[in-house]
Amino acid sequence: MSFETFLIQLLNGVQYGLLLFLVASGLTLVFGIMGVINLAHGSFYMIGAYLAWSLSERLGNLWAAIAVGVVLAVLLGMLLEWLLIKKLYARDHLYQVLLTYGLILVFEELRSVIWGDDVHGVQVPSMLAASIPLTETLSYPVVRLWISVVCLVLAVGMYLLIQRTRIGMMIRAGASNREMIQSLGINIQLLYRIVFALGIALAAFAGMISAPVSSVFPGMGNQVLIICFVVVVIGGIGSVKGAMVAAILIGLVDTFGKVLHVELGGVKLLPELAGMTVYLLMAVVLVWRPVGIFGRRL
Amino acid sequence: MGSRKLRIVVMLACLAALALLPFVAEKFYVQLFTKMLIMGIFAMSLDLLIGYAGLVSFGHAAYFGVAGYVLALISPQYAAASLWTTLPVAMGVSALLALVIGALVLRTSGIYFIMVTLAFSQMLFYLFHDTKIAGGTDGIYVYVRPAADILGWKPFDLENVAHLYLVVLALFAGVFVLLRTMLGSLFGRVIEGIRINEHRMRSLGYPTFRYKLACFVISGALAGLAGYLAAIQFGFVNPDMLGWHVSGLVMMMVILGGMGTLIGPAVGAMAMMLLELALQSLPEFGGVNFGKHWQLFMGSFIVLVALLLPYGLIGLLRARGQAGGGNGHG
Repeated sequence: MSFETFLIQLLNGVQYGLLLFLVASGLTLVFGIMGVINLAHGSFYMIGAYLAWSLSERLGNLWAAIAVGVVLAVLLGMLLEWLLIKKLYARDHLYQVLLTYGLILVFEELRSVIWGDDVHGVQVPSMLAASIPLTETLSYPVVRLWISVVCLVLAVGMYLLIQRTRIGMMIRAGASNREMIQSLGINIQLLYRIVFALGIALAAFAGMISAPVSSVFPGMGNQVLIICFVVVVIGGIGSVKGAMVAAILIGLVDTFGKVLHVELGGVKLLPELAGMTVYLLMAVVLVWRPVGIFGRRL
Repeated sequence: MGSRKLRIVVMLACLAALALLPFVAEKFYVQLFTKMLIMGIFAMSLDLLIGYAGLVSFGHAAYFGVAGYVLALISPQYAAASLWTTLPVAMGVSALLALVIGALVLRTSGIYFIMVTLAFSQMLFYLFHDTKIAGGTDGIYVYVRPAADILGWKPFDLENVAHLYLVVLALFAGVFVLLRTMLGSLFGRVIEGIRINEHRMRSLGYPTFRYKLACFVISGALAGLAGYLAAIQFGFVNPDMLGWHVSGLVMMMVILGGMGTLIGPAVGAMAMMLLELALQSLPEFGGVNFGKHWQLFMGSFIVLVALLLPYGLIGLLRARGQAGGGNGHG
């Protein structure tokens, strides 16, 4: 593998990892703070991508679509929390799984009713349509770099929000003792609603910014959800730092796993098995540290 | 304990009524009930984990689907395989898979357990979906159903709809009795003890991990039995059989019927099959074909059950029985 191809794969792996982080961080936050497992999290990734596609067709550009889409996602998140999720806080995980599984079916079918079952593409905005030449034949698309940068900015922003602001302090306090913070006069209901909507918006946003580089298709949310579960399990549930480390790790393992079969193509290595590598990684982590790399014993 | 005797009589009466079905009903209904009973076995196997051991597995379709695949892969293409060799092999592979996955996932608990069981079953789904080892996305056909010949004697013929139904019914009853007996024994008490307080059971000297693993393997093998029967009935296996929609569906059957009651999940399986059938035949309304988009209603129904019916249909009956000053057996 030449240095340039290696570099391209490295960048691709990191970009994929950062995108996974956006989705997985919402999942891990909602669990870590509210104690709710949300299977429908991946559906919001899909909804985000479909919103980016349909709104950019209608509004004529992706930027406006993302702006409108994020607002819609936040509203949807708040509505859901108010209607359904808040009833699950005191319930067993079993019912959280069941209810959010039902939501997946509802969202997937609504998508089919509203947008149909076709695969769509979203045009890369002209501002990002360029490529950076690496050698005479190889180049790297700017849009992928842009995705990585946006994800990094959001990750830093999230860190600052949770660690350095008043609302972040309330969120952390709410995660460790719900009753205590309530008796201190803080509206925990509202706080949870904000956290849930934030998680949803992150997933939807990830779907929107990835829409130009990957196609928009039915079932895309479920694929991402499973990989995010792997990320969360490896990183440790509730740990945003763990989600970051695990997401980059998975991004790299997945990307290089898919390339290496080309390298060893002569030595029949069942190229399709590359998809298994991330699960193998999870199995190894489970043997080594069942609570994940940064997880605390529950 | 008069109620216990009464229950046994009622169950035997139900069994007898079910056994009469192929002699009075049309082929369509016999096939429908075959499917319901197969899913009933599947749901009871999951109830052992969820309802009794308190292990919320969201990847139970893996063991169901793998057994179906084993049958399809080891059957000769245009000749019948033997039931007596393929069934133990299929269940054995499911049990082995459950042993390997169980040894890994049982290191975790709670929410991790749910996520990890789902992730491993999806790994298998992608294995069959993305590779060509078993027909990829298209799946493979089981052209000829396994033969039940023993040294030239043919006790029944699985190609015959009525015979298949009666075999499935007998296996259903067998699995029920097996699980009841097992749960009534010391093993079952230990399993329930672990669900309620694992630390206490461990300090009483029980190797809880091994008990849970045994439970996981038994459950996997029984799910394999259901998957094997499903492959025989449909004559066809595809990756969807081990996908998470099947895992979600069977979990729904367990909860709708009432977990931890064994018969509840079997009833839940029947109810879900009927509901699916009813929803799929919904008419077109306002330009939207609701029959085609039946999952919309199924999803909403699941949400409602999760919110309003945590103890399932059996729970509903018991609540009513107690409200009316009923016999109140546990």
